[in-house]
Amino acid sequence: MQRTTLDLWVGLFVMAGVAALVILALKVGNMGSFSAPESYTVYAEFDNIGGLKARAPVKSAGVVVGRVTGIEFDTQSYKARVRMELEKRYPFSKDTAASVLTSGLLGEQYVGLETGADSAMLKDQDKLTLTQSAVVLEKLIGQFLYSKAAEGGGKNEAAPK
Amino acid sequence: MMFGRDALSVRGLGANSIDALWRLGYATRFFGLTLSHSGTCGRRPRLVVREVYYTGVLSLVIILVSGLFVGMVLGFQGYQTLTTYGSESALGVLVALSLVRELGPVVSALLFASRAGSAITAEIGLMKATEQLAAMEMMAVDPIARVIAPRYWAGVISMPLLAAMFSAMGVFGGYLVGVVLIGVDEGTFWSQMQAAVDVREDVFNGVIKSVVFGIAISWIAVFEGYDAPPTAEGVSGATTRTVVTSSLVVLGLDFIMTAFMFRGM
Repeated sequence: MQRTTLDLWVGLFVMAGVAALVILALKVGNMGSFSAPESYTVYAEFDNIGGLKARAPVKSAGVVVGRVTGIEFDTQSYKARVRMELEKRYPFSKDTAASVLTSGLLGEQYVGLETGADSAMLKDQDKLTLTQSAVVLEKLIGQFLYSKAAEGGGKNEAAPK
Repeated sequence: MMFGRDALSVRGLGANSIDALWRLGYATRFFGLTLSHSGTCGRRPRLVVREVYYTGVLSLVIILVSGLFVGMVLGFQGYQTLTTYGSESALGVLVALSLVRELGPVVSALLFASRAGSAITAEIGLMKATEQLAAMEMMAVDPIARVIAPRYWAGVISMPLLAAMFSAMGVFGGYLVGVVLIGVDEGTFWSQMQAAVDVREDVFNGVIKSVVFGIAISWIAVFEGYDAPPTAEGVSGATTRTVVTSSLVVLGLDFIMTAFMFRGM
């Protein structure tokens, strides 16, 4: 069996195809977040998570420290139960506060963590108790309108007399 | 089969439907036959390598050039639309996601069907018309194992590789237009892209799509060639049918797979 130039071309072709796949995986996609290093799972219950989705980043001080891996509705407390995987190399204190935040005005939503003063650290399967819900824009506007209307209403009643 | 008055009548419609069902069943049996006769390809990989050259390597030029241009057009069009919302930093995301999820597998499959699928059909059809397949059988050489199966497997191997190269080339084209020509910030372009494109959800699903397209196109191409009436007219008709059928099948399969993969969870 002798080698031919045809084999060389096919070899080059297969190499180029595999290289393109590797480029897509590493350069275009983000392989790092896919095969996350060692992590631990914590839970948090929110009154309202707004538009938070699974795979959203968990950030502390702006740095991505983990990912949201699951969201479900808890029928015991009627709250949203968010499961997060945090990287092992980032330990947080037990009284860490979690809040659903938005990057920019209309950007994607993420979970922000702010560490507390407790010396005990979060362990696997722990639950965060201090949570703050997402800001719902409609409610905010509604409150603003109500407060404006209350101000304006008082003046109008006073004026005719 | 039935043209003229009969094609419009109820009888013609029934005959055509039954004929289509018949062909589908025959094609399915032929697919099974091809798979069960694929052992020779494993024992003599040289047969497949030779066909990968003809179906894959020779399709490279059209795939790479189309990928580059599709990516560049996406760069222009995406930028145009995104500036309206002041979010041209998301250009990389738009280019990469549309290529990896949809355009890469689908457009390269359509090109592959017209470039390589038609060639496979014409070759096999002509072999049949000139009685080469019958001659092989006379010499106790199995034409399905020796001719059909290598071409089928070469198509299945080539398709995902070509689609990956198309997508990579398209992203490069989008980069050329977006970053080099228009001047979107290079760091934002890549970092937003990497943050948004998920390897398992997007890249891997794109590869699955292209593998399925490869199987479908190769199957249609070898079947149409094998089933072609052994005349000049028959071979040309089979070649046309390969391109038309596989294009429609690719678009239909793409819809089904997209509905499964990206339901908007």
